[in-house]
Amino acid sequence: MPELSAGDTAWVLTSAALVLLMTPGLAFFYGGMVRAKAVLNMLMMSFLALAIVPVLWVLWGYTLAFDGTNGGLIGGLGKFGLDGVGLDSMHPGGLPIPEFSFVAFQAVFAIITVALISGAIAERASFRGWALFVPLWLTLVYLPVANWVWGGGWIFELGALDFAGGTVVHINAGAAGLALALVLGKRIGWPQQPMRPHNLPFVLLGAGLLWFGWFGFNAGSALGANGLASAAFVNTMVATAAAVLGWLLVDVVKQKHSTTLGAASGAIAGLVAITPACAYVSPIGAIIIGVVAGAVCALCVGLKYRFGYDDSLDVVAVHLVGGVVGTLMIGLLASADFTGEAEGLFYGGGVDLLWRQAVAAAVVIVFSFVVAYVLGKIIDATVGFRVSEEEEVDGIDLNSHLETGYELTSTSAGPTRSAAAAPARAESAQGA
Amino acid sequence: MKLVTAVIKPFKLDEVRKALEAFGVNGMTVTEASGYGRQKGHTEVYRGAEYTVDLVPKVRLEVLVDDLDVDQVLGVIAEAARTGKIGDGKIWVTPAEAVIRVRTGETGPDAL
Repeated sequence: MPELSAGDTAWVLTSAALVLLMTPGLAFFYGGMVRAKAVLNMLMMSFLALAIVPVLWVLWGYTLAFDGTNGGLIGGLGKFGLDGVGLDSMHPGGLPIPEFSFVAFQAVFAIITVALISGAIAERASFRGWALFVPLWLTLVYLPVANWVWGGGWIFELGALDFAGGTVVHINAGAAGLALALVLGKRIGWPQQPMRPHNLPFVLLGAGLLWFGWFGFNAGSALGANGLASAAFVNTMVATAAAVLGWLLVDVVKQKHSTTLGAASGAIAGLVAITPACAYVSPIGAIIIGVVAGAVCALCVGLKYRFGYDDSLDVVAVHLVGGVVGTLMIGLLASADFTGEAEGLFYGGGVDLLWRQAVAAAVVIVFSFVVAYVLGKIIDATVGFRVSEEEEVDGIDLNSHLETGYELTSTSAGPTRSAAAAPARAESAQGA
Repeated sequence: MKLVTAVIKPFKLDEVRKALEAFGVNGMTVTEASGYGRQKGHTEVYRGAEYTVDLVPKVRLEVLVDDLDVDQVLGVIAEAARTGKIGDGKIWVTPAEAVIRVRTGETGPDAL
């Protein structure tokens, strides 16, 4: 039993809090990108993930992901309800941090992964359908994949590298997003009608919060306050910056303007791509990954128009493509100075690491896509996964949540309480 | 009395307003509008997609004027709103049968 390190523990708990903030950040990033009539629904999809996932994580999430592995596929049920995890329990892999801090750190990863998917089905998903999808996809897809990669499962044994979640988080969520976009179909009016972001300041605010929180995601994944965490921190910073430049360059060439949406999306694309790689490449390697991810993702946002799937907020182009770029580029740019052993193609390691990375990425894409597609179809056939045409056109906020995001005029037709009822209620409160 | 309605380019609003004020027009109503005429729309590329923008942002300006002033007001607006490029807008005149100033109850030209 290792001696507890107060420094490591403090950093892991701090990182967990940073990563938790990413989901509200994501909510604003997505919320600003939809039209005004759907902003609350977009925020609420992320917030529902924040509500459902921690409860399930304590019940069966942590144990199925991290209580050993059965055949390399899924963990056990020995820690159901965190049974046996106590004040003195230490990290199961022998690191000098309490097991509770590891439970918390991994929980917040699961939250944001599920929330990421919501961007693909913006403005039209029934809240009931989403409320069913979150626990089912978490259990049937996220938990096994987390076990494969981080819980000692088969991808871990294969030797594929994923430091902070290129496969588990981003490829996983991106493939599921594509599946749900296909199940739900296009929004009414897409793609003829332009569906521009209603609040770009929200988008940039959200991207900023995500960038900030991502330091916990990547540097925190070192699970210690040390040189590895610091290197991951620098790589996360510089890859993101380079990706903003890469995306804006494509913007200027293709649209003749540097768009705010492009800057925000470029930052996320860079963060996504450096996530699996942040502890395995040099800062120069991180810059290369960032520029490539920014430019490639920017070029991929047009794919949905070519193939006709309404991935509303580009979960595929940013998270799936960015995740694949980062995961594969580890195979090119991994440096033994950072990994300790494995080397990428450009550092003389041959294609040995590259093919392992490709296998890990491909299997996660197929698994997540297929299960999410089947889940989506089942939900659609039972409780319904899409709101009615009238609800969608009038605005999903008012119909799903009985609220609107903005009351900008005194004559708006939002729901109002009878004026007479308010004072009566106040009086009775005083009397009591 | 006549109602003069002008649909003009938004960036010309300030110049038109100042010119009308200088001419002696006391009030006006301005609304944001969108539309097109011979200009039609234009195409633009945004976020990987090419859009046809049919409805172009415009400003709609309404002024009530005395019959005697109509021609001059039309001239003032047209002069101030003109850039010479396509999309400068249109001005038209409709009869206003009655006008009342709400505060005082004055009617007709006195209410202008």
